[in-house]
Amino acid sequence: MEKTENGNMDNADKALLVLGCPQVPIQTTAVLYIAGRLKKAGIKTVIAGTPAARLLIKYGDIDGHYIDEIKDLDVIIDAVAEKKESYPRCFVFIHNDAGVSYAATMNSLLDGVVYPVIFGSDAEKMAEMIDFDCEKIMAVAAHNPKPLISAINRVLKWDA
Amino acid sequence: MGCLDKLPYEIILRHTSFAECREYLKKNFRELYTVAPGYKIFDVHIIGVPPISLAIEGNTIIFPFTKPCHGTFLVSVEDEEEATRIRKENYKK
Repeated sequence: MEKTENGNMDNADKALLVLGCPQVPIQTTAVLYIAGRLKKAGIKTVIAGTPAARLLIKYGDIDGHYIDEIKDLDVIIDAVAEKKESYPRCFVFIHNDAGVSYAATMNSLLDGVVYPVIFGSDAEKMAEMIDFDCEKIMAVAAHNPKPLISAINRVLKWDA
Repeated sequence: MGCLDKLPYEIILRHTSFAECREYLKKNFRELYTVAPGYKIFDVHIIGVPPISLAIEGNTIIFPFTKPCHGTFLVSVEDEEEATRIRKENYKK
């Protein structure tokens, strides 16, 4: 893993995956799936999430096959808002209004591309609330990840 | 986003949305400001869908606050120094 002088990875080939409350079961699967696709494409992965979301990822990827760094959501927001960190691509996982807020914030703060990944029973309603220019990844799904995986595959073309 | 628990806050609206916050502020307060996502109030970067509205009444700041698991709240915090700073940094709507 490449490190800069201050110990952080070089941001050029990094992706940020922003996780909210892991209330909907398919979130963790979708995160690991996208992270796996990113890693195959040579892109390093950074998770920003709530404590529970981070633990689900940490123990789901105990040897770090898919995730390079796991960080606190508030810490990442502070770093991005203060321009201490930047990411050329960012996936925001959304199943509630708070997720929409985080996606809009990331779109406003980052110069890179933001992909909203929208799921859960209210996915269509959440998707309608996203009014910035972006490519939405969306499926009305909560337990069975297949519809969301199919939606991810339609958008992510840069597989290795 | 920093922890709201560190601030002496009062909750005005619970489990609301940014659109509802905007409407509530517009209807109930006269001194309104618009800030960008990431704008810092106290030690908190504001999360939200732009344009993010906030209000000041006297020395009390009324602003939306998002928690990932609990959604958006409209809260108020009284602080003269912070109210003065926000007034200086932003144009009133």
